[in-house]
Amino acid sequence: MISASTVTKRYPEGLEALKEVSFEINAGEMVFITGHSGAGKSTLFRLLAAIERPTSGSIVVNGQNLAALRKSAVPYLRRNFGLIFQDQKLLFDRSVLDNVLLPLAIVGLPAKEAVRRARAALDKVGLLEREKAHPIALSGGEQQRLAIARAVVNRPAILLADEPAANLDAESAADILEIFRAFHQVGVTLVIATHDPQWIAHASPRVLRLDRGRLLADSMDAAA
Amino acid sequence: MNTFLTQHLAAQRDALRRLAASPLNTLLSLMVIGIALALPSAGWVVLDNLRNITGSASGVQQISVFMAADAGKKDVSEIESRLREADPGRWYFVSRDEALKRLQSSEDMAEIIASLPKNPLPDAFVVEPANTRPEALEQLAKTFSAWPKVAHVQLDSAWVKRFDAFLRIGKLAITLLAGLFASALVGVTFNTIRLQILAQSAEIEVAKLIGATDAFIRRPFQYFGALQGALGGLFAALLVTLGSLLLTVPVGELVTLYGGNFVLHGLTSTNIATLAVIGAVLGWLGAQLSVAMHLHRIG
Repeated sequence: MISASTVTKRYPEGLEALKEVSFEINAGEMVFITGHSGAGKSTLFRLLAAIERPTSGSIVVNGQNLAALRKSAVPYLRRNFGLIFQDQKLLFDRSVLDNVLLPLAIVGLPAKEAVRRARAALDKVGLLEREKAHPIALSGGEQQRLAIARAVVNRPAILLADEPAANLDAESAADILEIFRAFHQVGVTLVIATHDPQWIAHASPRVLRLDRGRLLADSMDAAA
Repeated sequence: MNTFLTQHLAAQRDALRRLAASPLNTLLSLMVIGIALALPSAGWVVLDNLRNITGSASGVQQISVFMAADAGKKDVSEIESRLREADPGRWYFVSRDEALKRLQSSEDMAEIIASLPKNPLPDAFVVEPANTRPEALEQLAKTFSAWPKVAHVQLDSAWVKRFDAFLRIGKLAITLLAGLFASALVGVTFNTIRLQILAQSAEIEVAKLIGATDAFIRRPFQYFGALQGALGGLFAALLVTLGSLLLTVPVGELVTLYGGNFVLHGLTSTNIATLAVIGAVLGWLGAQLSVAMHLHRIG
Protein backbone atom coordinates (compact mmCIF):
# COMPACT_ATOMS: atom_id res chain seq x y z
CA MET A 1 0.00 0.00 0.00
CA ILE A 2 2.80 2.43 0.96
CA SER A 3 6.33 1.89 -0.24
CA ALA A 4 9.23 4.24 0.47
CA SER A 5 12.49 3.57 -1.31
CA THR A 6 15.74 5.36 -0.39
CA VAL A 7 13.86 8.57 0.36
CA THR A 8 16.00 11.61 1.04
CA LYS A 9 14.70 15.07 1.85
CA ARG A 10 17.10 17.96 1.79
CA TYR A 11 15.90 21.52 2.39
CA PRO A 12 17.36 24.47 0.48
CA GLU A 13 19.22 25.72 3.57
CA GLY A 14 21.15 22.44 3.57
CA LEU A 15 19.37 20.53 6.32
CA GLU A 16 19.00 16.85 5.45
CA ALA A 17 15.80 15.88 7.27
CA LEU A 18 15.62 12.31 5.87
CA LYS A 19 18.46 10.15 4.58
CA GLU A 20 17.76 7.18 2.33
CA VAL A 21 14.78 5.90 4.28
CA SER A 22 13.12 2.74 2.96
CA PHE A 23 10.13 0.79 4.29
CA GLU A 24 6.90 -0.84 3.20
CA ILE A 25 3.52 -0.64 4.88
CA ASN A 26 0.80 -3.10 3.98
CA ALA A 27 -2.92 -2.42 3.88
CA GLY A 28 -4.57 -2.59 7.32
CA GLU A 29 -1.32 -2.11 9.27
CA MET A 30 -0.98 0.25 12.22
CA VAL A 31 2.49 1.79 12.15
CA PHE A 32 4.07 4.23 14.54
CA ILE A 33 6.90 6.44 13.36
CA THR A 34 8.85 7.45 16.35
CA GLY A 35 12.03 9.23 17.31
CA HIS A 36 13.25 12.28 19.15
CA SER A 37 12.42 15.81 18.16
CA GLY A 38 14.16 16.56 14.85
CA ALA A 39 14.37 12.88 13.91
CA GLY A 40 12.37 13.49 10.72
CA LYS A 41 8.91 12.22 11.75
CA SER A 42 7.02 15.31 10.60
CA THR A 43 9.04 15.48 7.39
CA LEU A 44 8.09 11.89 6.62
CA PHE A 45 4.45 12.73 7.43
CA ARG A 46 4.55 15.66 4.96
CA LEU A 47 6.15 13.49 2.29
CA LEU A 48 3.56 10.71 2.73
CA ALA A 49 0.75 13.30 2.55
CA ALA A 50 2.27 14.76 -0.63
CA ILE A 51 2.61 18.16 1.05
CA GLU A 52 6.29 18.06 0.13
CA ARG A 53 8.27 16.02 -2.39
CA PRO A 54 11.38 13.98 -1.67
CA THR A 55 14.70 15.31 -2.95
CA SER A 56 15.51 11.79 -4.14
CA GLY A 57 14.04 8.32 -3.87
CA SER A 58 10.41 7.39 -4.33
CA ILE A 59 7.27 7.05 -2.29
CA VAL A 60 4.58 4.91 -3.87
CA VAL A 61 1.06 4.98 -2.43
CA ASN A 62 -1.57 2.72 -3.98
CA GLY A 63 0.62 2.41 -7.06
CA GLN A 64 1.14 6.16 -7.48
CA ASN A 65 4.66 7.55 -7.22
CA LEU A 66 4.23 10.74 -5.20
CA ALA A 67 7.54 12.16 -6.41
CA ALA A 68 6.37 12.04 -10.02
CA LEU A 69 2.78 13.07 -9.37
CA ARG A 70 1.48 16.04 -11.36
CA LYS A 71 0.63 19.03 -9.17
CA SER A 72 -2.98 18.97 -10.36
CA ALA A 73 -3.33 15.32 -9.26
CA VAL A 74 -2.22 15.94 -5.67
CA PRO A 75 -5.65 17.07 -4.35
CA TYR A 76 -7.28 13.90 -5.67
CA LEU A 77 -4.57 11.76 -4.05
CA ARG A 78 -5.03 13.52 -0.71
CA ARG A 79 -8.71 12.61 -0.73
CA ASN A 80 -7.61 9.00 -0.19
CA PHE A 81 -5.94 10.01 3.06
CA GLY A 82 -7.30 11.12 6.37
CA LEU A 83 -4.82 13.70 7.63
CA ILE A 84 -4.45 14.65 11.28
CA PHE A 85 -2.03 17.51 11.81
CA GLN A 86 0.07 18.32 14.84
CA ASP A 87 -1.64 21.70 15.14
CA GLN A 88 -5.00 20.18 14.10
CA LYS A 89 -5.76 22.99 11.64
CA LEU A 90 -9.34 23.40 12.75
CA LEU A 91 -11.45 26.31 11.50
CA PHE A 92 -12.29 28.30 14.59
CA ASP A 93 -14.88 30.50 12.90
CA ARG A 94 -16.94 27.45 11.92
CA SER A 95 -18.99 25.10 14.02
CA VAL A 96 -17.86 21.58 14.86
CA LEU A 97 -20.28 20.20 12.26
CA ASP A 98 -19.08 22.65 9.58
CA ASN A 99 -15.47 21.62 10.21
CA VAL A 100 -16.37 18.01 9.50
CA LEU A 101 -18.48 18.99 6.50
CA LEU A 102 -15.53 20.64 4.73
CA PRO A 103 -13.97 17.45 3.25
CA LEU A 104 -17.41 16.36 2.06
CA ALA A 105 -18.02 19.71 0.38
CA ILE A 106 -14.66 19.29 -1.38
CA VAL A 107 -15.76 15.99 -2.91
CA GLY A 108 -19.16 17.49 -3.76
CA LEU A 109 -21.39 15.29 -1.66
CA PRO A 110 -25.02 16.52 -1.65
CA ALA A 111 -25.84 18.53 1.48
CA LYS A 112 -28.24 16.04 3.11
CA GLU A 113 -25.93 13.07 2.69
CA ALA A 114 -22.96 15.18 3.81
CA VAL A 115 -24.68 16.18 7.06
CA ARG A 116 -25.66 12.57 7.72
CA ARG A 117 -22.10 11.38 7.26
CA ALA A 118 -20.58 14.25 9.24
CA ARG A 119 -22.88 13.45 12.18
CA ALA A 120 -21.94 9.78 11.96
CA ALA A 121 -18.24 10.73 12.09
CA LEU A 122 -18.84 13.01 15.07
CA ASP A 123 -20.75 10.22 16.77
CA LYS A 124 -17.78 7.87 16.32
CA VAL A 125 -15.50 10.25 18.20
CA GLY A 126 -18.11 11.16 20.82
CA LEU A 127 -18.71 14.73 19.69
CA LEU A 128 -22.19 14.56 18.23
CA GLU A 129 -23.67 16.54 21.08
CA ARG A 130 -21.17 19.35 20.47
CA GLU A 131 -21.91 19.73 16.77
CA LYS A 132 -23.10 23.32 17.09
CA ALA A 133 -20.23 24.42 19.31
CA HIS A 134 -17.18 26.17 17.90
CA PRO A 135 -13.76 24.49 18.28
CA ILE A 136 -12.62 27.23 20.64
CA ALA A 137 -15.19 25.94 23.16
CA LEU A 138 -13.76 22.40 23.06
CA SER A 139 -11.06 20.94 25.30
CA GLY A 140 -7.71 19.89 23.81
CA GLY A 141 -8.81 16.26 23.67
CA GLU A 142 -12.11 17.19 22.04
CA GLN A 143 -10.33 19.32 19.46
CA GLN A 144 -8.13 16.36 18.61
CA ARG A 145 -11.21 14.13 18.30
CA LEU A 146 -12.77 16.73 16.02
CA ALA A 147 -9.63 16.63 13.85
CA ILE A 148 -9.99 12.84 13.69
CA ALA A 149 -13.67 13.10 12.75
CA ARG A 150 -12.76 15.45 9.90
CA ALA A 151 -10.00 13.08 8.79
CA VAL A 152 -12.22 9.99 8.69
CA VAL A 153 -15.46 11.49 7.38
CA ASN A 154 -14.53 10.64 3.79
CA ARG A 155 -13.86 7.04 4.85
CA PRO A 156 -10.20 7.06 3.80
CA ALA A 157 -8.24 3.85 3.44
CA ILE A 158 -5.16 5.47 5.01
CA LEU A 159 -5.05 7.64 8.10
CA LEU A 160 -1.89 9.72 8.57
CA ALA A 161 -1.43 11.45 11.92
CA ASP A 162 1.37 13.75 13.03
CA GLU A 163 1.81 13.83 16.83
CA PRO A 164 -1.91 13.39 17.54
CA ALA A 165 -1.31 13.13 21.30
CA ALA A 166 0.87 16.21 21.57
CA ASN A 167 -0.28 18.57 24.31
CA LEU A 168 -2.93 16.12 25.55
CA ASP A 169 -3.24 14.81 29.09
CA ALA A 170 -2.82 11.06 29.61
CA GLU A 171 -6.56 10.37 29.71
CA SER A 172 -7.29 12.25 26.48
CA ALA A 173 -4.31 10.62 24.77
CA ALA A 174 -5.65 7.20 25.78
CA ASP A 175 -9.07 8.11 24.35
CA ILE A 176 -7.49 9.09 21.06
CA LEU A 177 -5.53 5.85 20.93
CA GLU A 178 -8.72 3.88 21.47
CA ILE A 179 -10.33 5.68 18.56
CA PHE A 180 -7.33 4.83 16.35
CA ARG A 181 -7.52 1.21 17.43
CA ALA A 182 -11.19 1.12 16.50
CA PHE A 183 -10.35 2.35 12.98
CA HIS A 184 -7.49 -0.16 12.77
CA GLN A 185 -9.89 -2.97 13.63
CA VAL A 186 -12.12 -2.12 10.68
CA GLY A 187 -9.16 -2.30 8.29
CA VAL A 188 -7.97 1.29 8.04
CA THR A 189 -4.20 1.64 7.53
CA LEU A 190 -2.77 3.95 10.19
CA VAL A 191 0.57 5.73 10.07
CA ILE A 192 1.11 7.76 13.23
CA ALA A 193 4.11 9.93 13.94
CA THR A 194 4.63 10.26 17.66
CA HIS A 195 7.37 10.66 20.23
CA ASP A 196 5.16 9.41 23.07
CA PRO A 197 6.74 6.11 24.32
CA GLN A 198 3.69 5.28 26.46
CA TRP A 199 1.45 5.23 23.41
CA ILE A 200 3.77 2.88 21.60
CA ALA A 201 4.05 0.60 24.64
CA HIS A 202 0.28 0.37 24.99
CA ALA A 203 -0.47 -0.11 21.37
CA SER A 204 2.28 -2.65 20.58
CA PRO A 205 2.10 -2.00 16.87
CA ARG A 206 4.84 -1.94 14.30
CA VAL A 207 7.31 0.85 15.02
CA LEU A 208 9.65 2.66 12.64
CA ARG A 209 12.29 4.43 14.67
CA LEU A 210 13.98 7.47 13.12
CA ASP A 211 17.09 9.19 14.34
CA ARG A 212 18.48 12.32 12.72
CA GLY A 213 16.82 11.46 9.47
CA ARG A 214 17.85 7.83 9.27
CA LEU A 215 15.61 4.83 9.79
CA LEU A 216 17.25 3.28 12.82
CA ALA A 217 14.97 0.32 13.37
CA ASP A 218 11.85 -1.34 12.06
CA SER A 219 10.17 -3.53 14.72
CA MET A 220 8.86 -5.80 11.95
CA ASP A 221 12.44 -6.61 10.88
CA ALA A 222 13.37 -7.25 14.50
CA ALA A 223 10.44 -9.63 14.93
CA ALA A 224 11.41 -11.46 11.77
CA MET B 1 -22.57 15.84 -13.14
CA ASN B 2 -24.29 15.73 -9.78
CA THR B 3 -21.04 16.53 -7.99
CA PHE B 4 -20.37 19.34 -10.45
CA LEU B 5 -23.79 20.90 -9.82
CA THR B 6 -23.57 20.40 -6.06
CA GLN B 7 -20.22 22.17 -5.93
CA HIS B 8 -21.40 25.05 -8.12
CA LEU B 9 -24.60 25.51 -6.12
CA ALA B 10 -22.61 25.47 -2.89
CA ALA B 11 -20.21 28.08 -4.32
CA GLN B 12 -23.15 30.28 -5.37
CA ARG B 13 -24.70 30.01 -1.92
CA ASP B 14 -21.36 30.87 -0.39
CA ALA B 15 -21.04 33.94 -2.64
CA LEU B 16 -24.53 35.14 -1.70
CA ARG B 17 -23.79 34.55 1.98
CA ARG B 18 -20.66 36.66 1.71
CA LEU B 19 -22.53 39.48 -0.03
CA ALA B 20 -25.22 39.45 2.64
CA ALA B 21 -22.74 39.09 5.51
CA SER B 22 -21.47 42.67 5.25
CA PRO B 23 -24.26 44.79 3.74
CA LEU B 24 -22.47 48.12 4.16
CA ASN B 25 -19.32 46.92 2.40
CA THR B 26 -21.45 45.35 -0.31
CA LEU B 27 -23.42 48.56 -0.80
CA LEU B 28 -20.27 50.67 -1.02
CA SER B 29 -18.69 48.28 -3.52
CA LEU B 30 -21.87 48.28 -5.60
CA MET B 31 -21.89 52.08 -5.59
CA VAL B 32 -18.29 52.26 -6.77
CA ILE B 33 -18.87 49.66 -9.49
CA GLY B 34 -22.22 51.23 -10.41
CA ILE B 35 -20.74 54.70 -10.84
CA ALA B 36 -17.75 53.31 -12.77
CA LEU B 37 -20.10 51.63 -15.21
CA ALA B 38 -22.68 54.44 -15.22
CA LEU B 39 -20.31 57.10 -16.55
CA PRO B 40 -19.43 55.42 -19.88
CA SER B 41 -23.00 54.11 -20.17
CA ALA B 42 -24.38 57.63 -19.77
CA GLY B 43 -21.91 58.85 -22.38
CA TRP B 44 -23.08 56.14 -24.74
CA VAL B 45 -26.72 57.12 -24.18
CA VAL B 46 -25.89 60.78 -24.85
CA LEU B 47 -24.14 59.92 -28.13
CA ASP B 48 -26.96 57.66 -29.20
CA ASN B 49 -29.51 60.37 -28.50
CA LEU B 50 -27.42 62.99 -30.33
CA ARG B 51 -27.49 60.77 -33.39
CA ASN B 52 -31.26 60.62 -33.12
CA ILE B 53 -31.59 64.36 -32.55
CA THR B 54 -29.74 65.13 -35.74
CA GLY B 55 -31.84 62.58 -37.54
CA SER B 56 -35.04 64.25 -36.46
CA ALA B 57 -33.97 67.87 -36.99
CA SER B 58 -35.22 69.32 -40.29
CA GLY B 59 -32.72 70.03 -43.07
CA VAL B 60 -30.16 67.59 -41.83
CA GLN B 61 -29.44 64.35 -43.65
CA GLN B 62 -31.62 65.41 -46.55
CA ILE B 63 -30.61 65.68 -50.16
CA SER B 64 -32.33 68.31 -52.27
CA VAL B 65 -32.44 67.50 -56.00
CA PHE B 66 -33.16 70.66 -58.04
CA MET B 67 -34.43 70.25 -61.58
CA ALA B 68 -33.27 72.40 -64.46
CA ALA B 69 -35.35 75.53 -65.17
CA ASP B 70 -36.52 74.10 -68.50
CA ALA B 71 -37.47 70.68 -67.06
CA GLY B 72 -40.99 69.63 -67.89
CA LYS B 73 -43.53 67.25 -66.40
CA LYS B 74 -42.04 64.38 -68.38
CA ASP B 75 -38.60 65.03 -66.85
CA VAL B 76 -40.11 65.18 -63.36
CA SER B 77 -41.86 61.85 -63.97
CA GLU B 78 -38.58 60.36 -65.14
CA ILE B 79 -36.85 61.37 -61.90
CA GLU B 80 -39.82 60.08 -59.89
CA SER B 81 -39.58 56.68 -61.54
CA ARG B 82 -35.79 56.59 -61.02
CA LEU B 83 -36.26 57.43 -57.34
CA ARG B 84 -38.86 54.67 -57.01
CA GLU B 85 -36.43 52.25 -58.59
CA ALA B 86 -33.39 53.34 -56.55
CA ASP B 87 -35.40 53.37 -53.31
CA PRO B 88 -32.90 55.55 -51.39
CA GLY B 89 -35.35 56.16 -48.51
CA ARG B 90 -38.26 58.56 -48.06
CA TRP B 91 -38.66 61.28 -50.67
CA TYR B 92 -41.20 63.84 -51.80
CA PHE B 93 -41.67 66.29 -54.61
CA VAL B 94 -41.78 70.08 -54.11
CA SER B 95 -43.10 71.84 -57.18
CA ARG B 96 -41.77 75.27 -58.13
CA ASP B 97 -45.19 76.79 -57.28
CA GLU B 98 -45.22 75.21 -53.86
CA ALA B 99 -41.68 76.39 -53.21
CA LEU B 100 -42.70 79.91 -54.17
CA LYS B 101 -45.67 79.77 -51.81
CA ARG B 102 -43.39 78.70 -48.97
CA LEU B 103 -41.09 81.64 -49.64
CA GLN B 104 -44.02 84.03 -49.84
CA SER B 105 -45.20 82.88 -46.42
CA SER B 106 -41.86 83.91 -44.98
CA GLU B 107 -42.00 87.48 -43.63
CA ASP B 108 -38.48 88.38 -44.73
CA MET B 109 -38.86 87.12 -48.26
CA ALA B 110 -42.44 88.10 -49.10
CA GLU B 111 -41.57 91.56 -50.41
CA ILE B 112 -38.65 90.36 -52.53
CA ILE B 113 -40.72 87.57 -54.05
CA ALA B 114 -43.56 89.94 -54.86
CA SER B 115 -41.18 92.16 -56.83
CA LEU B 116 -40.00 89.33 -59.10
CA PRO B 117 -41.48 89.28 -62.63
CA LYS B 118 -41.75 85.48 -62.66
CA ASN B 119 -41.15 82.43 -60.44
CA PRO B 120 -37.37 81.80 -60.48
CA LEU B 121 -37.56 78.61 -58.44
CA PRO B 122 -37.11 75.13 -59.97
CA ASP B 123 -39.04 71.94 -59.26
CA ALA B 124 -37.27 69.88 -56.64
CA PHE B 125 -37.19 66.54 -54.88
CA VAL B 126 -36.30 66.22 -51.22
CA VAL B 127 -34.79 62.85 -50.38
CA GLU B 128 -34.37 61.58 -46.79
CA PRO B 129 -31.95 58.68 -47.26
CA ALA B 130 -32.31 55.53 -45.21
CA ASN B 131 -28.54 55.17 -44.99
CA THR B 132 -27.21 58.36 -43.40
CA ARG B 133 -23.53 57.49 -43.39
CA PRO B 134 -21.60 60.38 -44.97
CA GLU B 135 -20.07 58.17 -47.67
CA ALA B 136 -23.48 56.79 -48.58
CA LEU B 137 -24.96 60.30 -48.73
CA GLU B 138 -22.19 61.50 -51.02
CA GLN B 139 -22.61 58.50 -53.28
CA LEU B 140 -26.34 59.20 -53.56
CA ALA B 141 -25.74 62.87 -54.35
CA LYS B 142 -23.32 61.83 -57.08
CA THR B 143 -25.88 59.43 -58.54
CA PHE B 144 -28.64 62.07 -58.52
CA SER B 145 -26.36 64.62 -60.20
CA ALA B 146 -25.94 62.28 -63.15
CA TRP B 147 -29.68 62.00 -63.78
CA PRO B 148 -31.20 63.94 -66.73
CA LYS B 149 -32.45 67.49 -66.22
CA VAL B 150 -31.03 67.61 -62.69
CA ALA B 151 -29.43 71.04 -62.38
CA HIS B 152 -28.13 70.88 -58.85
CA VAL B 153 -27.95 68.45 -55.95
CA GLN B 154 -27.55 69.93 -52.51
CA LEU B 155 -26.17 67.93 -49.65
CA ASP B 156 -24.90 69.57 -46.52
CA SER B 157 -22.17 66.98 -46.39
CA ALA B 158 -19.65 69.19 -44.67
CA TRP B 159 -21.99 69.57 -41.71
CA VAL B 160 -22.76 65.86 -41.71
CA LYS B 161 -19.06 65.04 -41.92
CA ARG B 162 -18.24 67.36 -39.07
CA PHE B 163 -20.98 65.88 -36.98
CA ASP B 164 -19.94 62.36 -37.87
CA ALA B 165 -16.36 63.18 -36.88
CA PHE B 166 -17.64 64.57 -33.61
CA LEU B 167 -19.60 61.37 -32.99
CA ARG B 168 -16.56 59.26 -33.79
CA ILE B 169 -14.41 61.25 -31.35
CA GLY B 170 -17.20 60.93 -28.81
CA LYS B 171 -17.33 57.18 -29.35
CA LEU B 172 -13.57 56.90 -28.97
CA ALA B 173 -13.64 58.97 -25.78
CA ILE B 174 -16.43 56.80 -24.39
CA THR B 175 -14.51 53.65 -25.31
CA LEU B 176 -11.37 54.94 -23.57
CA LEU B 177 -13.43 55.98 -20.56
CA ALA B 178 -15.11 52.57 -20.53
CA GLY B 179 -11.71 50.86 -20.64
CA LEU B 180 -10.49 53.01 -17.80
CA PHE B 181 -13.51 52.36 -15.62
CA ALA B 182 -13.50 48.67 -16.53
CA SER B 183 -9.95 48.50 -15.15
CA ALA B 184 -11.17 50.29 -12.03
CA LEU B 185 -13.96 47.74 -11.66
CA VAL B 186 -11.51 44.88 -12.00
CA GLY B 187 -9.30 46.61 -9.43
CA VAL B 188 -12.16 47.09 -6.96
CA THR B 189 -13.14 43.43 -7.22
CA PHE B 190 -9.51 42.34 -7.02
CA ASN B 191 -9.09 44.23 -3.77
CA THR B 192 -12.39 43.06 -2.27
CA ILE B 193 -11.50 39.45 -3.02
CA ARG B 194 -7.94 39.94 -1.75
CA LEU B 195 -9.31 41.08 1.61
CA GLN B 196 -11.68 38.11 1.69
CA ILE B 197 -8.84 35.74 0.90
CA LEU B 198 -6.74 37.23 3.70
CA ALA B 199 -9.65 36.72 6.08
CA GLN B 200 -10.08 33.14 4.91
CA SER B 201 -6.47 32.15 4.43
CA ALA B 202 -6.69 29.50 7.18
CA GLU B 203 -9.72 27.93 5.55
CA ILE B 204 -8.03 27.94 2.15
CA GLU B 205 -4.89 26.34 3.58
CA VAL B 206 -6.86 23.59 5.34
CA ALA B 207 -9.05 22.96 2.30
CA LYS B 208 -5.97 22.57 0.11
CA LEU B 209 -4.35 20.20 2.59
CA ILE B 210 -7.36 17.91 2.70
CA GLY B 211 -7.86 17.63 -1.04
CA ALA B 212 -9.44 20.81 -2.43
CA THR B 213 -8.49 21.60 -6.00
CA ASP B 214 -7.63 25.15 -7.07
CA ALA B 215 -10.97 25.26 -8.91
CA PHE B 216 -12.79 24.47 -5.67
CA ILE B 217 -10.95 27.30 -3.90
CA ARG B 218 -11.51 29.76 -6.77
CA ARG B 219 -15.20 29.03 -7.41
CA PRO B 220 -16.91 30.91 -4.54
CA PHE B 221 -14.70 33.95 -5.13
CA GLN B 222 -15.43 33.91 -8.86
CA TYR B 223 -19.15 33.74 -8.18
CA PHE B 224 -18.81 36.54 -5.66
CA GLY B 225 -16.96 38.73 -8.16
CA ALA B 226 -19.42 37.98 -10.95
CA LEU B 227 -22.44 38.56 -8.72
CA GLN B 228 -21.05 41.81 -7.35
CA GLY B 229 -20.21 42.97 -10.87
CA ALA B 230 -23.65 42.07 -12.22
CA LEU B 231 -25.37 43.89 -9.37
CA GLY B 232 -23.04 46.86 -9.95
CA GLY B 233 -24.06 46.80 -13.62
CA LEU B 234 -27.73 46.88 -12.64
CA PHE B 235 -27.01 49.73 -10.25
CA ALA B 236 -25.34 51.61 -13.12
CA ALA B 237 -28.40 50.97 -15.31
CA LEU B 238 -30.60 52.37 -12.56
CA LEU B 239 -28.48 55.54 -12.35
CA VAL B 240 -28.51 56.09 -16.12
CA THR B 241 -32.25 55.41 -16.36
CA LEU B 242 -32.97 57.88 -13.55
CA GLY B 243 -30.75 60.46 -15.26
CA SER B 244 -32.51 60.05 -18.61
CA LEU B 245 -35.93 60.27 -16.97
CA LEU B 246 -34.95 63.55 -15.34
CA LEU B 247 -33.64 64.96 -18.63
CA THR B 248 -36.47 63.83 -20.92
CA VAL B 249 -38.65 66.95 -20.55
CA PRO B 250 -35.97 69.67 -20.69
CA VAL B 251 -34.19 68.05 -23.65
CA GLY B 252 -37.47 67.59 -25.49
CA GLU B 253 -38.25 71.30 -25.02
CA LEU B 254 -34.80 72.28 -26.24
CA VAL B 255 -35.08 70.17 -29.38
CA THR B 256 -38.54 71.59 -30.11
CA LEU B 257 -37.02 75.08 -30.09
CA TYR B 258 -34.76 73.93 -32.94
CA GLY B 259 -37.71 72.58 -34.87
CA GLY B 260 -37.08 68.95 -34.06
CA ASN B 261 -39.43 66.33 -32.81
CA PHE B 262 -37.53 64.15 -30.41
CA VAL B 263 -38.00 62.03 -27.31
CA LEU B 264 -34.92 61.27 -25.21
CA HIS B 265 -34.52 57.55 -24.74
CA GLY B 266 -32.61 55.80 -21.97
CA LEU B 267 -31.34 52.23 -21.80
CA THR B 268 -33.28 49.41 -23.40
CA SER B 269 -33.75 46.09 -21.61
CA THR B 270 -31.01 44.66 -23.87
CA ASN B 271 -28.68 47.49 -22.80
CA ILE B 272 -29.43 46.79 -19.14
CA ALA B 273 -28.78 43.07 -19.57
CA THR B 274 -25.54 43.89 -21.41
CA LEU B 275 -24.43 46.14 -18.56
CA ALA B 276 -25.12 43.37 -16.03
CA VAL B 277 -23.19 40.87 -18.15
CA ILE B 278 -20.24 43.25 -18.62
CA GLY B 279 -20.22 43.89 -14.86
CA ALA B 280 -20.33 40.15 -14.18
CA VAL B 281 -17.48 39.41 -16.60
CA LEU B 282 -15.27 42.18 -15.20
CA GLY B 283 -16.06 41.14 -11.62
CA TRP B 284 -15.24 37.54 -12.46
CA LEU B 285 -11.96 38.69 -14.01
CA GLY B 286 -10.99 40.69 -10.91
CA ALA B 287 -11.79 37.72 -8.68
CA GLN B 288 -9.92 35.32 -10.95
CA LEU B 289 -6.78 37.48 -10.91
CA SER B 290 -6.91 37.90 -7.15
CA VAL B 291 -7.38 34.20 -6.34
CA ALA B 292 -4.87 33.09 -8.97
CA MET B 293 -2.26 35.39 -7.46
CA HIS B 294 -2.95 34.07 -3.96
CA LEU B 295 -2.91 30.42 -5.04
CA HIS B 296 0.34 31.01 -6.90
CA ARG B 297 1.82 32.54 -3.76
CA ILE B 298 0.83 29.65 -1.48
CA GLY B 299 1.30 27.02 -4.23
